[in-house]
Amino acid sequence: MKVGVVTFPGSLDDRDALRAITLAGGTPVALWHGDHDLQGVDALVLPGGFSYGDYLRCGAIAAHSPIMSEVIDAAHRGMPVLGICNGFQMLVESGLLPGGLIRNDHGDFICRDQKLRVDNISTPWTSGYREGAEITIPLKNGEGGFIADDETLKRIEGENLVTFRYSEVNPNGSLHDIAGLRNEAGNVVGLMPHPEHAVEPGFGPDTSVAMKSGIEGLTMFESVVGTVVTA
Amino acid sequence: MATIVIEVMPKKELLDPAGKAVLGALHRQEVQDFHEVRIGKRFELHVEGEVTDAHLATARTLAEDLLSNGVIEDVVSIRTEDSPA
Repeated sequence: MKVGVVTFPGSLDDRDALRAITLAGGTPVALWHGDHDLQGVDALVLPGGFSYGDYLRCGAIAAHSPIMSEVIDAAHRGMPVLGICNGFQMLVESGLLPGGLIRNDHGDFICRDQKLRVDNISTPWTSGYREGAEITIPLKNGEGGFIADDETLKRIEGENLVTFRYSEVNPNGSLHDIAGLRNEAGNVVGLMPHPEHAVEPGFGPDTSVAMKSGIEGLTMFESVVGTVVTA
Repeated sequence: MATIVIEVMPKKELLDPAGKAVLGALHRQEVQDFHEVRIGKRFELHVEGEVTDAHLATARTLAEDLLSNGVIEDVVSIRTEDSPA
């Protein structure tokens, strides 16, 4: 299973995403924003960071990058696409996911271990979770407030498009506690928190077992690679 | 030289945290005359020579497709300004 990760000018978490794919048992493929070539990958990750310095709007300039025409075509054909943080912002900017992301309501950049509830497992990225499972993965952003008009929110809830909801704390004022979404087909998923930073013991969120031992993001990559071991 | 000016504002019904932060600063300076501050963007597209209808049409398309995101922002003005010689 080849999973591509697109690097944009200003991407930060592309290497972590590539590593997460390796740890999940997949074959990572580094892709470049300026190319028109997906190198035959089976799935795609748009990583976090501050592409183009977040100029104009977060993810807006990246959403018009050369490779995005191939990414959008592939997404429409059903290829699994995961947008993390800045990648989620690119997905809403390119119209692959509904709604928009604006500055956190309290105005601060936030960095914390965030508890999420898995609300929809009918996607290639969430199929390895148990529906309703609570997971903790890092969150770090300044513009993660999810918004949409009432009609769009009704459609999102009506069609069960919410994949992840903030649990215990809503860190940024996101409407309906929405942390992550899928498209109608289910192949495209975007979320603000960072699963790729919770894939290896010693480098993830703290758990009750040990400091930094959290690896609950790994399941997202194992889900798409098809290596989930059901407990 | 002439300039097409495009102004984009966050949608009225949305919270504008940046504007809210500036309002807080005004209040800390004991300026109490204003009850709201909102921050938008001004784009200047510079044209050699006269602004034509074609320039304006392109600017309108750009304003909707790239310079603003209709989910969170409104294009509030597109107009021509003469640049100072």
